[in-house]
Amino acid sequence: MYGFEAMTFNIHGGYLEAIVRGHRAGLLTATDYNNLCQCETLDDIKMHLSATEYGPYLQNEPSPLHTTTIVEKCTLKLVDEYKHMLCQATEPLSTFLEYITYGHMIDNVVLIVTGTLHERDVQELLEKCHPLGMFDSIATLAVAQNMRELYRLVLVDTPLAPYFSECITSEDLDDMNIEIMRNTLYKAYLEDFYKFCQKLGGATAEIMSDLLAFEADRRAVNITINSIGTELTRDDRRKLYSNFGLLYPYGHEELAVCEDIDQVRGAMEKYPPYQSIFSKLSYGESQMLDKAFYEEEVKRLCLAFEQQFHYGVFFAYMRLREQEIRNLMWISECVAQNQKSRVHDSVVFIF
Amino acid sequence: MGDRGGGCCPPMDLFRSEAMQLVQLIIPMESAHLTVSYLGDLGLIQFKDLNSDKSPFQRTYAAQIKRCGEMARKLRFFKEQMLKAGFSPSAKSLGETNIGFDDLEVKLGELEAELVEMNANGDKLQRGYNELLEYKLVLQKAGEFFTSAQRSATAQQREMESQQMGDRTLETPLLREQETATDLSKQVKLGFISGLVPREKSMAFERILFRATRGNVFLKQVPAEEPITDPVSGEKMEKNVFVVFYSGERAKNKILKICEAFGANRYPFAEDLGKQALMITEVSGRISELKTTIDAGLLQRDNLLRTIGDQFEEWNLKVKKEKSIYHTLNMLSLDVTKKCLVAEGWSPVFATKQIQEALQRAAFDSNSQVGAIFQVLHTRESPPTYFRTNKFTSAFQEIVDAYGVAKYQEANPGVYTIVTFPFLFAVMFGDWGHGICLLLATLYFIVREKKLSSQKLGDITEMTFGGRYVIMMMSLFSIYTGLVYNEFFSVPFELFGRSAYACRDLSCRDATTVGLIKVRDTYPFGVDPAWHGSRSELPFLNSLKMKMSILLGVAQMNLGIILSYFNAIFFRNSLNMIFLNSLFGYLSFLIIVKWCTGSQADLYHILIYMFLSPTDELGENQLFPGQKITQGFSSNLIFLCISFQQVLLLLALVSVPWMLLPKPFLLKRQHENRHQGQSYAPLESTDETLLSVANHDSHGHDHEEFEFSEVFVHQLIHTIEFVLGAVSNTASYLRLWALSLAHSELSVVFYEKVLLLAWGYNNIIILIVGIIVFIFATVGVLLIMETLSAFLHALRLHWVEFQNKFYEGDGYKFYPFSFALLDDEDD
Repeated sequence: MYGFEAMTFNIHGGYLEAIVRGHRAGLLTATDYNNLCQCETLDDIKMHLSATEYGPYLQNEPSPLHTTTIVEKCTLKLVDEYKHMLCQATEPLSTFLEYITYGHMIDNVVLIVTGTLHERDVQELLEKCHPLGMFDSIATLAVAQNMRELYRLVLVDTPLAPYFSECITSEDLDDMNIEIMRNTLYKAYLEDFYKFCQKLGGATAEIMSDLLAFEADRRAVNITINSIGTELTRDDRRKLYSNFGLLYPYGHEELAVCEDIDQVRGAMEKYPPYQSIFSKLSYGESQMLDKAFYEEEVKRLCLAFEQQFHYGVFFAYMRLREQEIRNLMWISECVAQNQKSRVHDSVVFIF
Repeated sequence: MGDRGGGCCPPMDLFRSEAMQLVQLIIPMESAHLTVSYLGDLGLIQFKDLNSDKSPFQRTYAAQIKRCGEMARKLRFFKEQMLKAGFSPSAKSLGETNIGFDDLEVKLGELEAELVEMNANGDKLQRGYNELLEYKLVLQKAGEFFTSAQRSATAQQREMESQQMGDRTLETPLLREQETATDLSKQVKLGFISGLVPREKSMAFERILFRATRGNVFLKQVPAEEPITDPVSGEKMEKNVFVVFYSGERAKNKILKICEAFGANRYPFAEDLGKQALMITEVSGRISELKTTIDAGLLQRDNLLRTIGDQFEEWNLKVKKEKSIYHTLNMLSLDVTKKCLVAEGWSPVFATKQIQEALQRAAFDSNSQVGAIFQVLHTRESPPTYFRTNKFTSAFQEIVDAYGVAKYQEANPGVYTIVTFPFLFAVMFGDWGHGICLLLATLYFIVREKKLSSQKLGDITEMTFGGRYVIMMMSLFSIYTGLVYNEFFSVPFELFGRSAYACRDLSCRDATTVGLIKVRDTYPFGVDPAWHGSRSELPFLNSLKMKMSILLGVAQMNLGIILSYFNAIFFRNSLNMIFLNSLFGYLSFLIIVKWCTGSQADLYHILIYMFLSPTDELGENQLFPGQKITQGFSSNLIFLCISFQQVLLLLALVSVPWMLLPKPFLLKRQHENRHQGQSYAPLESTDETLLSVANHDSHGHDHEEFEFSEVFVHQLIHTIEFVLGAVSNTASYLRLWALSLAHSELSVVFYEKVLLLAWGYNNIIILIVGIIVFIFATVGVLLIMETLSAFLHALRLHWVEFQNKFYEGDGYKFYPFSFALLDDEDD
C-alpha cells in the first residue's frame, strides 16, 4: 500500500483535499490573534472577524453581541464546511468524515442525559449540543431512566450502538455512571476509529494512528487525574483506557495505580514525547496541563498537512477549527468579562 | 519621472499612461469629512494607507465605521424583509434630500425597532393562527377516525348482539348501548393524546413510542393532505395527524416527553361528538377573527416597508458613501497636534487643478478657517498606471491588462490592439456572411446598451456584453477579410465585376484553373471567384494565406520591436532589431517581390540554402539582380564578392553578440557614473531631497547593488530567448493560416454536405430539416466555437508573440477613491 496512494488518491479525494487545504488557509493566524487580544469590546471582535472568513456569518448580527452568538456563528461555519465536504465525499472518505463526528455525538448524549438528570429543560439542553453531533432522536434521550433503556430506546438507531455493548446495565443513571459511560463509549469509539484507519492503510493509517494515539494517551492521563480521589477502583480505571497508543500497555499499568498528580508525572516522563509536555509544568500543577496538551495536539495536527494524499488532513482541519473556536470563545469571554489579563492563559496559537 | 512624459512626445492618452504625482494633503480636522467626500465625487485620487500597521479598530474613525456597519446591517434587514413581503426597493431616487448621518442613524434605528416589533406581533398572531389551523385539522381528522371507529364498533357490536340475542335486540337497543358504554369506561381507562407530527419523523416517532411503552399503545396516523405551516418554526412542512391511545399515568408521561422531543404539537380533543362540533365552530370563528387581525397587521407592515422602499436606495448609497469616507479617513495619519489629518495619495497630474478646487470648495462649505494644503511630493516609488479609457477602448485595454498591467508610462499595446486584435481575428475568421451575423448580434447589444448595462446579466452574457465593441470591430474586420477571401458562408460572389477567367470552351464546368484562360482584367478586389471549387483552390489559397500570415507576423513583431525602441528612448535604455529583419524581414521582402513580379521561384529553397551554402548559385530561383551576384557598382573591393544575402546573414550573425554584449557594459558604466555623480550632488536640491527622504523613509530605494554578472546572465537569457523566439514566433503566426483554412473548410462542409445535399432531394421536409441542421451547425460550430477559438488564438498572438518583444506589464493599476465605483463593489 505504501506510496501508491498517490496514483489513485486524486480520483475521489483530490477535490476534497484541495477544498480542505483551502479552508485551512483561512484559519486565523498569530497576527489575527494578537489583534483579537487587543479588542476592547465584543463589537471590536466582530469587526475584526468580519475581515476574516467568519465575516459573512457575523455581519447580520445586531449589535449587542454575546459570546454565545459569536461561538454559535463560528461553529455554524464549521458545520457548513463539514456538510459541504460530506456531501461531496465518496466511500471510504464519507465514513471517515462521519467518524469525526462520533466524538461530539457521545458528548451530546452525555450532555442530554446529565441535563435531564438535573431536570433541565430539554430544549435548552438541545441548544447547547454541538451541531456536529446531532442525530434525529436525540431529544428522546430524556425519556430514558437507565442505561439499558437509553440503549434500547434511542441509541440502537445511531452509529454509537456498537460502542454501547460494554455499558449496558440496569443501574439507574447517576453522575458517576454517566461519566464512566462517556469514557467507555469514547474508548470504544477511539479503538473503532483506529481500526478503521488501519484498514484504510497507507499514509492515512500512519498519520491517523499517530494522532489517535495521542488522543487516547491524553484521555488516559485525564481519566487518571480526574479519578484520583474518587471511588473508582484501579481495575475500573484500567478498563477505561483505550487499548492502543504510546502508553499501551505498560504505561497504563503504571497510570492505573497512580494516587496523585506527581505519580502521573513520574509515569509519563518515561515517554519522551510526553516528557516535554510535563517538563513545562511545575510539580503538583495540573491546571496548565490541558493547555500543554492542546498545544502539542495543534502542533501534531499542523504536521498532518505536510503530507499529501491522506485523510488525516480532514481530521486535522476539523480539530484545528474546533481549537480556533475554543480560542475565540476564550478571548470573547475574557473581553466580555473584562479579564483581559487572562486572555493568553488558554489561547493556543495555531500558526 | 513624472515630468519626462510630457516633454518628448505629443500627449497620447492611451500610448503612455497618465503622468502621476504623489500628493500630500493636509486637511484640517473639521473639514476632513467634507473634503474626502468631495474628493470621492471627483474620483481622481488614490489614497495610500498610512496606518497599515494599525489594526482596524485602533484607527481614528473605527467607531464611525462600526456605526456604518450597523446601519448597513439594518438596511440589509429591511431589504430582506422587503423581499419576503414581495416587493423590491424602487429604483427611482427622489433627489438628494439632505438627511444628516446622525439623523439617518436614528431614523433607521426607529424604523428597525418598529419593524421588529411589528414582526414580533405578527409572528405571535401568525403562530396562534397556525396553531388554530392545526387544531382544526386535528379535530377534523381525529373526529373522522373516531366516528369511523365508532361506526365500525357499533356495527360489530350490533353484529355480536344480533348473533347473541337474535330478535330480542329490537326491543331494548338503547338501554343496551348505554350499559355497554358505561361498562367500557369502567373497565379500562384508556387515555389518548392527539396532535400533529412532521411526516419525515413519523416513522421514528412510532418506533420510539412502541419501544418506550413496550408496545402498549395504539397509534393511529392520518397524513394531512397539504403542507401545514409549523407554528414554531414558521416553515411549511408535511405533517401527520396522530392519535395515541395509552393506559396508565407512566405511559402518559413518557408519551408526553416523546412528543416534546419530536416537536409534535399536542391538542386537546373531546370524545363527545357534540363537543367536537362545538369546538370546530369555535375554532373556525377564532381563525377568521385572527385572520382579519393578521391581515390588518400585514397591511400596516406593507405600508411601512413601502415607505422604506421608496428611500431605500438613497439611504443605501448614503451609508455606503459614509462608510467609504470613513475608511478613507482611517487611512490618513493624524497630525501630532490632532488638529489636522495628513493624506498621501497618487493623482494624475492633470487633476491637480480639480483637486485644489475641491479642497477649496470643501474648506468654504465647512466654514473652516484654514484651507487644506496641497503639495506635490517627490518619490522614487513607481506610480500606479492610469489610462483614461472610454466605453470603446476599455474592453481593448482590458485585453492587455489581463496579461499584466503596464509599467508606469510604458508603451501601451492597447492602442495597437484596437486594430490588430480584430484584424488578426478576422484573418482567421474571414467570411463576410458570418461576419454579418456577428455584427447583427453585437449591434443588438450596442443598441440596447443603456438598458442592458443597468441590469444584471448572466455570466456569459455579461462577458459578451462587456466585449461588445471588441466583437463589433472583429465582425467588421471579418466582413472585410471575408470580402478579400470572397466567401459568404463559403460561397463566392462576383461582387466586384466578373471573374477574370473564362473557359476555353463551353463544356468545362469543373475545369481546373489551367483549363481557363484569362479573358478580362484582373479581378479588382480579393480572390477571384473562379478559384473556388477548382482543383487547385487549396494549394493556391494555402500559399496565399501562409505567406500572408508570415507577412503579418513579421510586421507585427517589427511593430513590437519598434515599440521597445520607443520604450528604450523613453526610459533611456538601449537595444536592436537587425536579427529579425535580416532573416524574416528578408523573407517578407522576397514574398512581396514574388507577388509583384509573378516569379515562380521557390522561396523555401532560397531561405534554406542561404544558411547551408551561402556562396552557391541560385539558378532559377533568383528573384532580382544582385540577390546573389556581386554588387558590382560598389567601389569597395572587399564587398565586391559578398552578395546581398551574405550581407544579411552576416548581419544576423553579428547582431547576436551585438545584442548580448553592449547592454551590460553600458549599464555598468551608467551605474558607475551615477555613483560618481552622487558624491558630488549639487547643493541646491538638498533641502528638497532631505524633506522627501524624511517623508518617505518607508518608500524604499531602488539603489540596489549593481551586479554585473547578474545583468550579464539576464541579458544572455534575453538574447537566447530573442533569437529562438524570432524563429518560433514567426512559425507561430502560421496559426493564422491554419485557422483560416479550418474555418473555410468547415463552412464548405456544412454548406455542401448539409444544405446542398438536402436541396438535392427535392423534398420539402428534408429541405427544412437540412436548413435547420445547417443553421444550428453554423451558429453552434462556426459562429460560437470558431469565434472563441479564433479569439483565443488572436489573444495568444498578442500576449505571447507581440507583447514579449517589449511589454513588461509589471505595473499596478490606479484605483482612485471614487463614489462612482462604489456600486460595482456591491455583492
